[in-house]
Amino acid sequence: MNVVEASGLGKRYGGTWALRECSLAIPAGHVAALVGPNGAGKSTLLNLAVGLAAPSAGGVTVLGGRPAGSPAALNGIAFVAQDTPLYKNLSAADMLHLTRNLNRRFDQASAQARLAELGIPLKRKAGRLSGGQQAQLALTLALARRPRLLVLDEPVAMLDPIARHDFMATVLTAAADDGVSVLLSSHVLAELERVADYLILLSRGRVQVVGEVDDLLASHRMLTGPAAEADSYAERPVVHVRRAEAQAHLLVRATADDPVPPGWEAHPVGLEELTLAYLREPGAAALPGPARRGDAEPSEVTQ
Amino acid sequence: MTTLTMPAHPGQDASLRPVPWRRMAWVTWRQHRVALTGVAALLGALAVYVWIAGLQMHHAYATATACRPLTSPACGNLFLNANQMNPVLASGYALLAVPALIGMFAGAPVLAREMETGTFRYAWTQGFGRWRWTLAKLVALAVVVTAAAGAISVLFSWYYQPYFAARNPAMAFSEASPLTPGLFPLRGVGFAAWTLAAFAIGGLAGMLIRRVVPAIAATLAAYAGLAVATGGFLRQHYLTPLVTSRLNAPVAAWTTSQWLTKDGSRSPAHGDRAINLFQHLCSASALGAPGSPGKPPLSPVQCFLQHGYTQWTSYQPTSRFWPFQWIEGGWLLALSALLIAATVWLVRRRAA
Repeated sequence: MNVVEASGLGKRYGGTWALRECSLAIPAGHVAALVGPNGAGKSTLLNLAVGLAAPSAGGVTVLGGRPAGSPAALNGIAFVAQDTPLYKNLSAADMLHLTRNLNRRFDQASAQARLAELGIPLKRKAGRLSGGQQAQLALTLALARRPRLLVLDEPVAMLDPIARHDFMATVLTAAADDGVSVLLSSHVLAELERVADYLILLSRGRVQVVGEVDDLLASHRMLTGPAAEADSYAERPVVHVRRAEAQAHLLVRATADDPVPPGWEAHPVGLEELTLAYLREPGAAALPGPARRGDAEPSEVTQ
Repeated sequence: MTTLTMPAHPGQDASLRPVPWRRMAWVTWRQHRVALTGVAALLGALAVYVWIAGLQMHHAYATATACRPLTSPACGNLFLNANQMNPVLASGYALLAVPALIGMFAGAPVLAREMETGTFRYAWTQGFGRWRWTLAKLVALAVVVTAAAGAISVLFSWYYQPYFAARNPAMAFSEASPLTPGLFPLRGVGFAAWTLAAFAIGGLAGMLIRRVVPAIAATLAAYAGLAVATGGFLRQHYLTPLVTSRLNAPVAAWTTSQWLTKDGSRSPAHGDRAINLFQHLCSASALGAPGSPGKPPLSPVQCFLQHGYTQWTSYQPTSRFWPFQWIEGGWLLALSALLIAATVWLVRRRAA
């Protein structure tokens, strides 16, 4: 089952396409990371998936074919929006009560236990909690709804490192223990390396890379060799070229079994490295199945 | 990671019962209790003031009606004093600010605040569903403020009773009619209907403008415009006015216009041209013409009548108070329902 499935999805604000021709299928049971530069359409895609926005083109379904925003979809998805909006004048206890009233399921006991564990006083107004506590409260409310899909829009952007770590630990626990699928957008690549096992990379309103992290890492290699030969390398598609002095680093689409040309060394790549390379090459794409776009010529980045 | 078992059959979705409507009662109360308390405080304070002022005014009026002989200048003064007590309440216009305040501070923020603070992203992604959330909130709040306004308008009706009492000689001076623009919307179903309309205007303005303060300003402007247009132009056309050529229109009727005719053609009865005509016709005879010493100057109407003019008066009789109340209450209710429906529709289709 796919927790999010989009085909030809597009969203236009005025004359500008925030997202276009977006087709993807995120299988259940993953912590999926949505990355991309500012303005790439990450928030737009998430808003479409949770039904806050209506598509200008194409369609999006969630939780195995349910229309985004439909009652069944709302029932199964919990969304924590950017900057975790809460009613600032309501206490944590009131926010729990509010959320319980607005949903069919609500696990009051576990929510209260979590807040107690986090040291968040039930009587304190949401507006007087720290940024980290507000984020944790919003996450607690979302998880208490017992969602099958948890959608988080830039959840840790405003948090300090400790709050960020605690927040992501909660998300990972929910994913591991309760089988909640997670879709989160983030700028913090280092964080994703630790949590994400599925990657969607958006660029300029289009999907550039999508797939399981393990598959993506297994199908890319970093080749290091003489800079002079970098241009003549043509055995595997090159995503990105980075030159440093006499050496060049080529991110290529190759597996561990692919032969390495003489004079070159192959290394496995990390998620952050891979993501950065694709972010620097908006023309390159790594999409499953028959390629929808040809791998574009990489431009060179000299260091 | 666990693989989930999902209800993949659409039948199971169909049996998914929505979150009950009644759950919104606590939500609405908890989120809007400050506004509702404010409305209660405003109306409560106003009720106490109107009640105290009303007791004084009713007492003064009772004293005046007990005065004998009723037609003496002294008794007339007593009536005049009773009518002119509490100048804030006397014309009724000040009380028309109450629906405006309710629309501005209870209606406009309902959606504007959610949009301004971004909390709509929380509220509209809960299981309750966003259009149901909007409808439940707006209807519940509308019912509460309308009922409160209806209750206080009973008090207003009691307060203004002496103004419409049949034998109040001072009324000849103040021309009070139950249909007069300042007093008509305060009584009957009018006040509740105007409060409902102001609230609905506020709700829609909040959704359209998405900011609290501009939405409040827009609500005030729209309500004031609607009230002025209705009182000044629309209300007199609810039913075709009656026309009489008698000089004295029926007691307490609401005169909507007057004009003169001569030989079947209409003359201007208002403005500069009427004054010119009056001076042309009557200056000689009216302004102390020689040969008529001691004769009081003619009033314009008498002068026109002497010259063969007929004065026509169109008016709405007092008996049309309730038909007018139902007409006004009806269209305001329909307008409010339309505005609330439009707000819900905007919420439903809004692109975040």
